[in-house]
Amino acid sequence: MTEQLKEIELKAKEELSHAADLKSLDDIRVRFLGKKGEITAILKQMGKLSPEERPVIGQLANKVRADIEQAVTSAQNAIKSKAAAVKLEAERLDVTLPGKAPKLGNAHPLNATLAEVEEVFLGMGFDIVEGPEVETDHYCFEALNMPKHHPARDTQDTFYINENVLLRTQTSGVQIRTMEKMKPPIRIISPGRVYRSDAVDATHSPLFHQIEGLVIDKGITMADLKGTLEMLLKRLYGEDTQLRFRPHHFPYTEPSAEVDLMCFNCHGKGCSMCKQEGYVELLGSGMVHPKVLEGCGIDPEVYSGFAFGIGLERITMGRYNINDMRLLYENDMRFLEQF
Amino acid sequence: MDLSMRWLADYVDCKCDIKKFCDEITLSGSKVECWGEEGDFLSNVVVGKVLSTERHPDSDHMFITQIDVGEAEPIQIVTGAQNVNVGDYVPTAKHKSTVLHEGKKVKITKGKLRGVASNGMLCSLDELGLTLHDFPYAIEDGIFILGDDCDKTVGMDIREAIGFNDKKVEFEITSNRPDCLSVIGLAREAAATFNVPADIKEPKFTGIDGDINEIMSVEIHNEKLCPRYMCGYVKNVKIGPSPRWMRERLRASGVRPINNFVDITNYVMLEYGQPMHAFDLRYVDGAKINIRNAKAGESITTLDGVERKLSEEMLVIADENKPVAVAGVMGGEYSGIMDDTTAVVFESACFDGASVRTTAKKLGMRTDASARFEKGLDPENTFPALMRAFELVEMLGCGEVVKTYIDCDKSNKNREGVVFDPDWINSFLGTEIPAAEMEEYLTRLNFTIKDGKAYAPYYRIDIECKADLAEEVARLYGYNKIPDTIIRGVAEAKLTRKQKFDRNVTAAMLGMGVNEITTFSFISPKYFDKIRLPENSPLRNVVKIMNPLGEDTSVMRTTILPSVCEVLARNYSYRNPECYAFELGNEYLPVEGEVLPNEPERLGVGIYDTNGSVDFYTIKGIVEELLKKCGAPEYDVARPDENTAFGEAAAFHPGRCAVITANGTELAIFGELHPETLENYGIGCRAYAAKVNLPELMALCTEEKTYKPLPKYPATTRDISLVCDDELPAAVIEKTIRKAGGAILEKVTLFDIYKGKQIAEDKKSVSYALTLRSHDGTLTDEQADKTMEKIVNALKEHGAELRM
Repeated sequence: MTEQLKEIELKAKEELSHAADLKSLDDIRVRFLGKKGEITAILKQMGKLSPEERPVIGQLANKVRADIEQAVTSAQNAIKSKAAAVKLEAERLDVTLPGKAPKLGNAHPLNATLAEVEEVFLGMGFDIVEGPEVETDHYCFEALNMPKHHPARDTQDTFYINENVLLRTQTSGVQIRTMEKMKPPIRIISPGRVYRSDAVDATHSPLFHQIEGLVIDKGITMADLKGTLEMLLKRLYGEDTQLRFRPHHFPYTEPSAEVDLMCFNCHGKGCSMCKQEGYVELLGSGMVHPKVLEGCGIDPEVYSGFAFGIGLERITMGRYNINDMRLLYENDMRFLEQF
Repeated sequence: MDLSMRWLADYVDCKCDIKKFCDEITLSGSKVECWGEEGDFLSNVVVGKVLSTERHPDSDHMFITQIDVGEAEPIQIVTGAQNVNVGDYVPTAKHKSTVLHEGKKVKITKGKLRGVASNGMLCSLDELGLTLHDFPYAIEDGIFILGDDCDKTVGMDIREAIGFNDKKVEFEITSNRPDCLSVIGLAREAAATFNVPADIKEPKFTGIDGDINEIMSVEIHNEKLCPRYMCGYVKNVKIGPSPRWMRERLRASGVRPINNFVDITNYVMLEYGQPMHAFDLRYVDGAKINIRNAKAGESITTLDGVERKLSEEMLVIADENKPVAVAGVMGGEYSGIMDDTTAVVFESACFDGASVRTTAKKLGMRTDASARFEKGLDPENTFPALMRAFELVEMLGCGEVVKTYIDCDKSNKNREGVVFDPDWINSFLGTEIPAAEMEEYLTRLNFTIKDGKAYAPYYRIDIECKADLAEEVARLYGYNKIPDTIIRGVAEAKLTRKQKFDRNVTAAMLGMGVNEITTFSFISPKYFDKIRLPENSPLRNVVKIMNPLGEDTSVMRTTILPSVCEVLARNYSYRNPECYAFELGNEYLPVEGEVLPNEPERLGVGIYDTNGSVDFYTIKGIVEELLKKCGAPEYDVARPDENTAFGEAAAFHPGRCAVITANGTELAIFGELHPETLENYGIGCRAYAAKVNLPELMALCTEEKTYKPLPKYPATTRDISLVCDDELPAAVIEKTIRKAGGAILEKVTLFDIYKGKQIAEDKKSVSYALTLRSHDGTLTDEQADKTMEKIVNALKEHGAELRM
C-alpha cells in the first residue's frame, strides 16, 4: 500500500504539471482526493491492514493527501497568477493619453487677488466692510473735506446721477459711515467697485476696484501707517520689497503720503518699465484729517488714525503681468482659464 | 507745471545735478513726473558761416554752398533753399547728425544731389523743432538765418548758440499748493529742500510821473468774489517781439511767445503764479473798470473768438457798458493787445477760487489763469506780480510806466497762527525730532514762530491746523526716516455672515466648473430690449447717469442678466467652443422716496457649450446643487407665471424656464434663453442662464449643520413604472410619492422616461427607483408592500397607473 500511495502521489504530481487550466486542476483534485478518488479508495482498504500498519499507512496516506492538496493549490496559484499577468498585460494603456477630470472653474484674477489682500488684513485684525456704490455727494466728498467746488474733485472725474447723488469715486464713504456708527478702536478695510469717468484704454477703466483701509484709535501714529503698509506690501510682493513714502496731498488726510514700490526690474536705477523713475506709484495714504474725524463725531484731540487706498487692478496686473486692463472686464474664457 | 532749470537758477543754486534735484524735491513733496533737455533730438548740428553759394549746374532751384563750420576746411552742402546768402550764419547739420523731419528724429548723412556731393544739410526752424514764435524774424519756408540774438561762433553747437538747450522738469503740483505753480514757488521749495538760500528780489521800477486816477478808475462791486484788484498803466507802448531770453523761458515752460506785452503777462504768471491780464484802454468805455456780476442776458466774445453766454453768478470785468473779460478766466477779444496798441493796462487781481472754478466749468474753458485762481491765491500776491510786470516793461524798453497805480484792497489782512506743539507733532508722527530741528524746518519754509504759534508765509493758503504743521516738519525731516511700527493692541476680525455666504457660493460655482467673471455695473438701456423685457417692466426704471461716457454705459443695471448675456455673446464671437460663466454682482434698483437705490446682490450664470453637452437640466442642476450646498430649505420648481417678480422671464424660452420658490419667496430663475434673445446677442447656439437672489436665499438658509446618524438597518429598493398624462409634471409625481411614502421612503430617483411604442400618444411612462428604510429594524416585505400600495393608490389620483 505504501508503494501504491507513493505511486499515486507521483502520478498526481505528474498530471498536475501538465494541467493548463483551473478546470483540469479541479478534475485532477477530484480524481485523486475526492470521495470516490484514488486515495479514498486506498483508505477504504485500511481495514485489511494489521493494527500496527494502520497508523503508519494512515499517516502516510494523510501526508500524500496533504502533499497533493498542496500541489493542487500551488498549481492553481500558478495558473491564476499567469492568467492575471496575461490580463494585466492585455489591459495596458497608453498612459500618455489625456486625463479626464471634472472641470473646476477659475476665480477671476481680481477676486483671487482681493481674497489674498483680505486674508492679510483679517490676520491683522481688520474687518471687511461694504457700502453702497451709488452714493451721496456728502459721503463721497463733503464728509471727506472736499466741499463742492473743491479743486481736488477734479482728480476724480465723477459720474453724477443727480446733483447730490453719484457713483462713488472711492470707497471712503464706507469709512465715514463706519466712523459714524462705530466707536474707536476701528480697524477696517472697504474693498469695492468705484467709478470715474475715464474712457476705457489699456490702463484706464470707468469702473475699477479699490481697497481702502482705516484705523482709528488713541495714539495711532504715522509710523504705524508706515509699518502697516510695509507689512501688507511685503506679504503681497515678497520680503525684499522696497518702499518709498513721498509727500502728497489728499483733502481727507494730513499728512498725506503716496507710496512707491521700488521697480523690480531695475532696483531703483530707472528703466523702461518704471519710466526711468526707479519706482512705481502704488497707493495713497495719510493720517486722517482732523476735520474728517470731527465731522464723524470723533474727537481729534483724543483719537488719531490713518487711512490708505490701493487699486486692486494695479496689484492684480502687476502680479500676473497683465498689460491691458480691458482683459479684466472682457471675460474671455481663454483669459480667465489661465488663472 | 513745466519748470525751466535756467529760470530757476535765477533764484536758487541747489548745487547738484538734475537727477538728484528731481529725486530730492520729489521726496520733499513736489513730485517730478519727468525731466528732459530741450532739443535733445538734435546732434552734430553746428553754427556754420556761408562762404560761397553758386547755382547747381543740373538744377534750376538748388545751390551749392561752402560752409565754414570751424574746421580746417569748409564743407560743401547742396541746398534747395532760396534765402541763403554769403556771410549768413546758418544751422548746419553735418555728416552723421540728427534733426527733426515732420516731427520725427532723422539721421543726416553725406550723399550726392544730382551728382554733386553734399556733406550735410542747412536747417530750417522746423528741422530744429522750433517755430516762428521762437524766432519771429525767421522766414517760414527757408533756412533759419541766425539773428543778432544768437551766438555766431562758427562750429558752436547750435542748441547752445540759439539757447535751445534748457533742461525742463515737469512737476505734478497738488491742488493745495497753487503757489508752486510758479518758478519762485518752486525756487522756495528747492531752497528749503536743499537748505540753500533763495535769492528772491523785490521787483523795482522807476516809472514816469502821472496820476493814474486821472486816466482810469476801478470799482469792486462784489468784494467777496474779488477781494483785491490792482492795475497800472503803461503808455507809449511799442508792441513787438520779446527778447530771446524771455521767449526761451516761455517756450521751456510750454507757453508760446506772442508779443512783448502778452509775453510779460505770461512771464509774470509763470514766475509769480499770479495770473495777469493786459488790455488796451481804448476799448474800455469810460476808462472805468467795474468788477461785478454779469447781468442776465449778457455775453462776451472771448480772446479765442468764441461768443459766450454769461449768467448772473459769474464775475466779470466790465467797462461802463459791457463785460470786457470773464474774471480770472479769459479776456475779451476786443480789449486785447493789438499791433497798434499804444497804451496798456496791466491787471493783477485776486478772485474767489470757487467762483472762478464754477464759471470756467460752466463756460467750458479752463485756462492757465483759471487753473491757478480756482485753487485759491492769496491777495498779497497781486502786488509783487504787478511790480514785476512794470520792471519787465522797463527792462524790455517797450513802454513808459505811470508811477502811480490803483490798488482796491478789500482783503482780510489778519493772519491766524497755528499752535506749534513739538511734542504733539512727535506723538502724531511717531518720531523723536527735537523741537529746535522742527523750528529750523519751518523757518526754512519761511514760517515765523512766535509765542508757541507758527505763522505761515502769505502764499501758503493750505496751512490751517496742527496736522498741517506736522506734514511740513515730516516732509523736510524725510518721510522715509519715520520709523515703521506695528499698531499696538489686539484686534479680532471676522467675516460677516454675508461675506461667508458669498465665499461659499463662489466656491460652489467654481467647484461646478463655472468661471468667475467681472462685468460693468452700467449698461445701455437698449439691453433691456435685447433681453425682451416688456415695455412696462419695472426693471426699466433705472438709476440713470447724467454724464455717461456713452450710451453703452449710461444706466445702472437693474438686472444682471444682460451682463451675463454680453459675456456669452463675446465668447461666442471669439469662437470659444464653450463658456461657463458666473458673477456675483449688484443690481441697482431705484426705491420710491429714497435718495439712494437698493443694491441687492445677485448671482448671474450663463452657459453655452457647442459640443452639445449641456441642456436645460444642466443649468437646473447647477442651481439646485448650489441651493443644496447653501443649505436651502425645501423649494418648489415651477414655470414662471405672470405674477413672477422675475421680470427677466421674457428673456427665456417659454417652455424651458423655471422659477424656484421657497417659503413663498422667489429665489431663482433659470432656463434656456429665448431664441430671440440669442439672436439679439448673435449667439448661434442654445445658451442657458440663471439668476439667483442671494440675500433672499441667504435669509432662508441654515448656517448650522447637524450630523444625522448613519442608518443601522439595510434598505430595500423597489422600482415602479407608471403611465400617466404627458402633461403631468415630474415634480407632482415625486411629491405624491414622497407624501404617500412617509417616513420610511428615503430616496426617490427618476431613472427612465419613455414615450413611444406601447404608450398612448398623450401619455408617458416614467420609472422611479424607491429606497425604503426603517430606522427601527430591518424592513419586512410586508411593510414595503404596504407602503408601495399606498404610493400606487395616491398616484392613481393623478391618473397615473402602474405600467404592466
